[in-house]
Amino acid sequence: MAQTGLPLLSLVTWVPIAFGLLVLAVADDRRPAAARWTALAGAVAGFAVGLPLWTGFSTAAGGQMQFQEMAPWIPLFNVNYHLGVDGISMPLILLNSFMTVLVVVAHWEVVTDKVGQYLAAFLVMSGLINGTFAALDAVLFYVFFEAMLIPMFLIIGVWGGPNRVYAAVKFFLYTLLGSLLMLAAFIYLYHQTNGSFEILDFHRLPLTATAQTLVFLAMFMSFAVKVPMWPVHTWLPDAHVEAPTGGSVILAAITLKIGAYGFLRFNLPIAPDASHALAGFMITLSLIAVVYIGLVALVQGDMKKLIAYSSISHMGFVTLGFFLFSAEGVLGGLVQMVSHGFVSAAMFLCVGVLYDRVHSRQISDYGGVANTMPVFSAFLVLFAMANSGLPATSGFVGEFLVILAAVKANFWLGFLAATTLVFGAAYTLWMVKRVVYGEVANPQVAALRDVGARELVFLVLLAACVLAMGVYPKPFADVMNPTIQELLKHVATSKLS
Amino acid sequence: MNTATFSLATVAPAIPEIALLACVSALLLVDLFVPDREKHLSFWLAIASLAGTAVLAGATVGNATAVTFHGMFVSDPMSQVLKVAALGASAVTLVYGRLYLEARSLLRGEFLSLALFATLGMMVMISAHHFLTLYLGLELLALSLYAMVALQRDSARATEAAMKYFVLGALASGMLLYGLSMLYGATGSLDIARVAASLGGAGASQTLAVFGVVFVVAGIAFKLGAVPFHMWIPDVYHGAATPATLFIGAAPKIAAFAFVIRLLAQALGGLDHDWQAMLALLAAASIGLGNLVAIAQTNLKRMLAYSTISHMGFLLMGLAAGTTNGYASAMFYVLTYVLMTLGAFGMILLLSRAGFEAEELEDFRGLNRKSRWYAFVMLVVVFSLAGIPPAVGFLAKLAVLQAAFEAGFGWLVVFAVLMSVVGAFYYLRLVKLMYMDEPAGEITIAPRADARVLLSANALAVLALGIVPAPLMDLCARAITASL
Repeated sequence: MAQTGLPLLSLVTWVPIAFGLLVLAVADDRRPAAARWTALAGAVAGFAVGLPLWTGFSTAAGGQMQFQEMAPWIPLFNVNYHLGVDGISMPLILLNSFMTVLVVVAHWEVVTDKVGQYLAAFLVMSGLINGTFAALDAVLFYVFFEAMLIPMFLIIGVWGGPNRVYAAVKFFLYTLLGSLLMLAAFIYLYHQTNGSFEILDFHRLPLTATAQTLVFLAMFMSFAVKVPMWPVHTWLPDAHVEAPTGGSVILAAITLKIGAYGFLRFNLPIAPDASHALAGFMITLSLIAVVYIGLVALVQGDMKKLIAYSSISHMGFVTLGFFLFSAEGVLGGLVQMVSHGFVSAAMFLCVGVLYDRVHSRQISDYGGVANTMPVFSAFLVLFAMANSGLPATSGFVGEFLVILAAVKANFWLGFLAATTLVFGAAYTLWMVKRVVYGEVANPQVAALRDVGARELVFLVLLAACVLAMGVYPKPFADVMNPTIQELLKHVATSKLS
Repeated sequence: MNTATFSLATVAPAIPEIALLACVSALLLVDLFVPDREKHLSFWLAIASLAGTAVLAGATVGNATAVTFHGMFVSDPMSQVLKVAALGASAVTLVYGRLYLEARSLLRGEFLSLALFATLGMMVMISAHHFLTLYLGLELLALSLYAMVALQRDSARATEAAMKYFVLGALASGMLLYGLSMLYGATGSLDIARVAASLGGAGASQTLAVFGVVFVVAGIAFKLGAVPFHMWIPDVYHGAATPATLFIGAAPKIAAFAFVIRLLAQALGGLDHDWQAMLALLAAASIGLGNLVAIAQTNLKRMLAYSTISHMGFLLMGLAAGTTNGYASAMFYVLTYVLMTLGAFGMILLLSRAGFEAEELEDFRGLNRKSRWYAFVMLVVVFSLAGIPPAVGFLAKLAVLQAAFEAGFGWLVVFAVLMSVVGAFYYLRLVKLMYMDEPAGEITIAPRADARVLLSANALAVLALGIVPAPLMDLCARAITASL
């Protein structure tokens, strides 16, 4: 177990939150510079304290939790402040901290209303998300998981588009419904373990088939909404379209991952038999997301909506990979999660770049952007390629692994999953064609200026990540594989006996 | 019963009550000589009485259980903690309500002495060890509150509310007395300990006792405002002057909790199987109806009234568990609930001014533009009421749900959890108005520094208790364990 003197996981959780509060304190809406620089410092500090997690991570520790911290929190119910990461959660924490930096950079000249509160909301949320990934106590997990709703609700509702309130409330209530059922499941498990809220104790707890099914379904409600899986995905396009660019980035890149993470941390290990029994159901839902939502994405006229549907389709791949119960499938799902974090963030940021200039997200308002914004268009095309899963981009690795696993399980399964390569390419590239290529469509496009230095920063960073992960995914695989092996071994063992 | 001596030792457990009574009497006299523009003297005298009594009550915390006045009165760990909380809540109510009352020339000796008498009634209820003492405290509290609502005699709405409150309250008292008389018939005693002992033995008539329990539970449900005995709550909350609403909505809930513990857990503990199911049904109905009807409200006071109904449902859920764990979580729930209620109504009072009540949801529109801090204060309180972490409302709900699950009310847990989603909707509406809309009218924030500081501390306490709940939870658990 890696040991360092510092409570790293507490730091990645609380440093952003502390900076968020600091931003609120220094915020002055007439002179937003102080809040902006403080927020950038906070985001960078949050990422910096997370880096030792990667360097100090021991791949030899197998599925063990590392960097553990433990302190009693509510002794009466045996609730502990217990943090720890394994190969699944650690990369997600880094991804989140990284995205927070990008979001802060991306907001700079764009958000001008209540800047301090906007940035504070993001920093607080970033800390809460890290806490969610690191929590090893169910109540602690739940507190982080739910508390996250508050800043997200405000981000969508305050800084979003015209229909923002509807989207924010829908987002909040959908997520709350799911998570409260999960809470009921936690209370049940607490009694089954004779008074422990430790997630790892839940993993070891033998449960009957019925209990497993009920627990699985309760948690499924929570995480399926978050992922989101068809048919509980309808909040996502609304929330995405109405959220400000930064909100869309965090939603797509991070909060969706929490749902998928929840399946790996809770559903599979706590209810392995139910997971196997319900695998067909999960795979069906995932394939519907991949195929049907892919088709839905094809007909969208709004770029953000298109990317939102594309996210649902890609997340369908993730859940598909998980419920094939093979090393390739789970690894593919996880890689896809990280990759989708980069790619969807990049796509949303690109739409944001266009939106800031033209104030429209409709594909029909664009055309021939390449003529006026050549640099930007090059990046957009790269990210579009990654989104459609072109080899040498990060999008390829995950999808390939999942399709491989699917073909191994059943040829037709693999066939259906592989259709995404067609649909994904179709909706992404068709959008790019209509936006980027062709004649300059209107005077607004003709007046566009290309990306500035600030915008170049996040585009280059994301492009580097997308390419690096596409060409050399081994470091990620090395970190994730021991945990995946351990998880699959655990899931293969029946809890019925 | 042969010791008629009246030594200090026999009076000692009741010193806080005696002190408060002396203070009220003094206040009644002094107030006669205070001219109208100097009424702040009476106000500070009232605050000093409450604070002084709270210190006296605080000094008893940790003492062993002492029964005195021939078994009429008890000072046990639970009552010691609850009294301090009730006194504190009353004092905070007065501080929040001061400007409102001044602006409507209600800040007079009558309001203050009624408030103190009501608080005294709560303390007597909390420390009752005999059905008569319990009833005495209850009526002292209730009569003071009826009068307090009716004090705004020019307002038709307040008069109507007082009338409804009085008639329904009297009906409830009648039910309760009827139930108590049956229990007397069944056990031959009104002393809580003896009733409990007698019900545990073979001598008591079970049928009669269970019949009595039904009426007692109905009386309790009336007083708490649990469905289907909730009709008075929205009208009284809406009709009364806001400080009176806050007074009714905060501290008396603590007394009501003690009332239920004394009656059901202590006296009728042997019949728990009979009342558990009743409480569970009342809880389910309250949580369901309270949350559903709250959605339709446009008046914040009415909305909070329905929210109260659903919160009382959660309280009953903890009590329905019938275990030490359940009572302790219910105690934690009631204490944190009072803290949240103080915060919510405190905000209404902070925004109200002469001729403006700030009681419509719309009045909070765009508050974030006017004051980021007070919008945040309300945000914390509202999310706490909705049970969203990290505010304390979540942990209070978790504790109660956990206890109810342990006692076998799994269906109730799932139902309550689903209804919480419905509940979240109307709380979100308030947040939406504050943060996502632009101000429609002028928003003013009451200039008194004491109320502002106290309200800010109140909201921070709601947040802090959600992050560090262990001390208060332990306190509740210890108090309940030591008192039962």
